[in-house]
Amino acid sequence: MTNTADRSDVREVERIIIRFAGDSGDGMQLTGDRFTSASALFGNDLATLPEFPAEIRAPAGTLAGVSAFQVHISDHDITTPGDAPNVLVAMNPAALKADLPKVEPGGTVIVNTDAFEERNLAKAGYETNPIEDGSLDGYTMITSPMTSLTKEVCKDLGVKPRDAERSKNFFALGLVSWLYSRPEEPTMLWIEEKFGDKELVVAANKAAYKAGHAFGETAELSASRLAVRPAKLEPGTYTNINGNTALSWGLVAGSQLAGLPIFLGSYPITPASDILHELAKHKNFGVRTFQAEDEIAAVGSALGAAYGGHIGITTTSGPGIALKGETLGLAVSLELPLVVIDIQRGGPSTGLPTKTEAADLMMAMYGRHGEAPMPIVAASSPSDCFDTAIEAIRLAIRYRTPVMLLSDGYLANGTEPWCLPDVSSLKDIPVEFASRTNHTNADGEDVFMPYVRNDDMARPWAVPGTDGLMHRIGGIEKEDGTGNISYDPENHGFMVELRDERIRKIAESIPPLEISGDPDADILVVGWGSTWGSIAAATGRLNRAGTPVAQIHLRHLHPFAPNLGEILARYKHVLVPEMNLGQLSRLLRAEFLVDAKSISKVTGQPFTAAEMVNNIMEAAR
Amino acid sequence: MTTVPLTTKKDWSSDQEVRWCPGCGDYSILTAVQMMMPELDVRREDTVFVSGIGCAARFPYYMNTYGMHSIHGRSPAIATGLAITRPDLDVWVVGGDGDMLSIGGNHLIHALRRNIDMTILLFNNQIYGLTKGQYSPTSEQGKVTKSTPMGSIDHPFNPISLALGAEATFVARTHDMDRGHMQEMFRRAHEHKGSAIVEVYQNCNVFNDGAFDALTKRDARDAMLINLEHGKPVRFGVDNERGVVIDNDGAKIVEVADVGEDALYVHDESASTTGQAFALSRLASDRQSPTPVGIFRAVQRSEYGEAVSGQLAMANETKGPGDLNALLHSLPTWEVS
Repeated sequence: MTNTADRSDVREVERIIIRFAGDSGDGMQLTGDRFTSASALFGNDLATLPEFPAEIRAPAGTLAGVSAFQVHISDHDITTPGDAPNVLVAMNPAALKADLPKVEPGGTVIVNTDAFEERNLAKAGYETNPIEDGSLDGYTMITSPMTSLTKEVCKDLGVKPRDAERSKNFFALGLVSWLYSRPEEPTMLWIEEKFGDKELVVAANKAAYKAGHAFGETAELSASRLAVRPAKLEPGTYTNINGNTALSWGLVAGSQLAGLPIFLGSYPITPASDILHELAKHKNFGVRTFQAEDEIAAVGSALGAAYGGHIGITTTSGPGIALKGETLGLAVSLELPLVVIDIQRGGPSTGLPTKTEAADLMMAMYGRHGEAPMPIVAASSPSDCFDTAIEAIRLAIRYRTPVMLLSDGYLANGTEPWCLPDVSSLKDIPVEFASRTNHTNADGEDVFMPYVRNDDMARPWAVPGTDGLMHRIGGIEKEDGTGNISYDPENHGFMVELRDERIRKIAESIPPLEISGDPDADILVVGWGSTWGSIAAATGRLNRAGTPVAQIHLRHLHPFAPNLGEILARYKHVLVPEMNLGQLSRLLRAEFLVDAKSISKVTGQPFTAAEMVNNIMEAAR
Repeated sequence: MTTVPLTTKKDWSSDQEVRWCPGCGDYSILTAVQMMMPELDVRREDTVFVSGIGCAARFPYYMNTYGMHSIHGRSPAIATGLAITRPDLDVWVVGGDGDMLSIGGNHLIHALRRNIDMTILLFNNQIYGLTKGQYSPTSEQGKVTKSTPMGSIDHPFNPISLALGAEATFVARTHDMDRGHMQEMFRRAHEHKGSAIVEVYQNCNVFNDGAFDALTKRDARDAMLINLEHGKPVRFGVDNERGVVIDNDGAKIVEVADVGEDALYVHDESASTTGQAFALSRLASDRQSPTPVGIFRAVQRSEYGEAVSGQLAMANETKGPGDLNALLHSLPTWEVS
């Protein structure tokens, strides 16, 4: 293996942001993913942002069909996929048209010249070829006939030209890997593993990669070569993880910690389906996955499993939560553990299935009829999905309640290096099933009452099959204690307040919030969910530049951490950046009577750190 | 192995006051079930009744077993999760025609095709009772109700045809006027491994009184109910003078004297295809013509929950029990020191 990182003509930089863009069929997600994995194994810190159209194959060559993958690699700790890309790899005119405006002024643009022919230019809306008409002056251009060179190198292998063309993304990967000093070996091994039984595909992809690498070496591109040293991260074993995988593993971990099997009822929906796919692989952990006939059956079956003493889980995105609402109300009334996972996407309705948004907070909070409170937790980064999943299971089991876990499309598909936890350090989740009667009635008879409560105000989890504890539960209002149907007005008032109180009481077991950044600042930025990365990057930049900013990030959105109100009261400016029109800021205003200002972005894309800096400065003015 | 203690009807009855309208057909179904349960080889602790919403759905409250009164239409879905995770339990689903065929129709057909181990009792009174008298998906066309003052336009479902169309492995019909027949059907359904559905013609004496009188009154039964018996020619009538033949046009009622006994259809509940059972189900096109009761279909097919458990066992065997630490290290890793 050539260790290209040692070459003396390579200039070292702290970080690079590269954006791979092409047609949906060009394999850009795979290319970006491979580049990322090689960078991860090399030891860089990194963050990624895959962006792809909702259509599996949008019309080829059009702007609608552009699929892109942005990766930020760094020699120090980073939290976002970067602001403006330093490098754009454009596999066709549409990709150039769509993504050139994102590139930093004077950035590097790498294009596949073979794709810049008349038809493709027309489809992208170019009247003249931008490579030739001077419109790219000011950028560092690297042009390569990737398709024809790939076909050429594959010819001798006996690969048909049509098939060879499909390997052109590996040519691009080879070229970019040479330019940015990525090790070759991980990708070669990966090609062998992935396409092992298809010899010709393995050979074509390897040949294309090496041809791209060689193109860089021979085309005198040395001036453009850069390297990013490994980052100095906390010691430990790392893996590069996306949010949906981390979340799935967190659910498995929760199951192990509780000693109870998982049942996942789910209906396929973007961007949540990968959790179903991942959990379906882990049947040897006792995981049962059930692809239901619809969203309602998905949550219904999970609730049935919870009634039977398993950890009932349902995964979906916003539209699915809307459908599950009635069953969630039932779960609130039944007081059974249930984990409900919403991987948020752009809405309303079908909205933007493959783009991110965080506008389901109010639905999580209030999206059921009647007063039907349930705890809400949110993950803040891809790896944090692991811990948040465990927390959701802990709350559900301890407090016998449905719990909403909010993630989003950005966390689901974005990746970051994750320092793997020591499994033995994860805390067990105690589970207590009812096993005996809990009341003596007036006749001196020992009976079981399903709605008698413990110190946590949780009722017993008495699963069918337990001797002597036969009882009936349902969605009709019941009398506390006995659980018998009751239409008594006083009782209903009592129960509504009790259900509210028992969820608020969960705050007692939520750790207090810790302030990061400069705690003595006038400005406090309050975040939740995937905005953590850009808020952290922005507050870091502002503090370094002499503008003091404090930051808190909420994992628990209902109930809030016990010290939130006290923290909010300390600051002159309370700013709340969200990928919605100000849902958390409204909750904070209502709950704490503070002048929480909303910073809003609803474009289907996460905040960049630069935007966040500007927004904070603007809002605090 | 837990032994099953001797019980009586009283042991299976909860302390809750039964709140159906006086004279409702649901009472006789409840009694039939409560009287039959002691004869089955099951414990109350291992028995769960799950229901949705509607008059019939109050059923679980009256059984001294585990029970869940859930939400409208969703009981087959909830029971599915319970049955898959707890194959040791005896899961019953109870609901009416609105609950199971209208709002919950989707869950019903999917439970049936998957063949999940549950016994489904469909109380069909051809009306919405709890919402006070609107037509239901099994009401006859032209039915005048509060929501259809000029008569309903909808063509009704035939629940047996629907279940057979979903390839249910056990399909039967009975009625609320014959406890013995009900109990026989319920018992057979309970013994069946997989989804078993029993349609019960049930009288709603408030909103659809006498809907089935022409079929189920004691003096009408011989002439109007066609008893399906496995392995026997299908015959009925006061003097057993009528019978059923099945040809390319479907099932037809004939006079035995006209066609001869050998021409009659010999019922085969275990037939691998649903064609003949479906043809029989079409005989109940209205409530004025002879109608088959009994078991239309009883076949064996892989049960869903067992297959799920089988995959878990196989995964355990081939991959070994799950190791969380190994899972976390299953993607490429690198060390930072």
